[in-house]
Amino acid sequence: MPEKVAVGCARPTGGPVGEEPDNKSTDEKQTRKEVHSMIKVGQKAPDFAAPGYQKGEFVNIKLSDYLGKWVLLCFYPGDFTFV
Amino acid sequence: MSIDSIFTHKMWDDDELSKMVEGGVPFPMLSDAGGKVGTVYGVYDEDNGVETRGRFIIDPDGVVQGYEVLTPPVGRNINETFRQLQAFQLVRETKGAEATPSGWRPGKATLKPGIDLVGKVWKVWKTEQAFD
Repeated sequence: MPEKVAVGCARPTGGPVGEEPDNKSTDEKQTRKEVHSMIKVGQKAPDFAAPGYQKGEFVNIKLSDYLGKWVLLCFYPGDFTFV
Repeated sequence: MSIDSIFTHKMWDDDELSKMVEGGVPFPMLSDAGGKVGTVYGVYDEDNGVETRGRFIIDPDGVVQGYEVLTPPVGRNINETFRQLQAFQLVRETKGAEATPSGWRPGKATLKPGIDLVGKVWKVWKTEQAFD
C-alpha cells in the first residue's frame, strides 16, 4: 500500500533504497561536498547557464549576459510555494 | 531559480502567479534540475532535493555584494532586499565616498568615511536612526 505524504514546503524526492553502496561512492560523496559554498561577498558570482521560462517563452539564460546590470538571484524550494 | 522544470514554471506562472501579478512574472524563472547551480551557490539541500531560500545581490561587474539564505518554512522580506540594493547602488554611485549606516534607507543621512569621522560618529548619527 502506498504511504500517504504530508505536503510541506520541501518537495519529497526519491532515491536509492537498501544497503549503502561500497566505500568508493562514499569517497566520491565527500569530494563533492567540498564544492559547497564558494560564495564570498566582494568576489565574482560563479557564472552559470540555465533554461528558463519568461513571458510566454522558453529561454536560455547566462548570468554573464547580465554584466552591466544589477542582478537579484533568488533560489526557492519549489513552484507553488511562497518565496 | 528552483529544481522545477521549465514546464512546471510555465504552469505556475500561467495558472497562478498571473492571477496575483498582472501579466505574470516579468523576469526569467530558471530551472536548476539536479541542483548543480544551487550546489555552487551553497543553497542546494541534498537531503531534501530542493534549494533553500537563497538570495544574492550581484553588481554590474558580476561581484556578489550580499546574500541571505533561509530554511524553507520562513519567507523573505522583499522590502529589506530593495533597501540593501538601494544602499549598494548609492555606495557604487559615490565610489565609496559615502557609506550607509545601520537602519539607512533612502532619504536618511549617509556617513562619509574618513579620518575626520573617527570617534565622531556619535555627533552625526543617533541610535534612533537604526530603527524605522
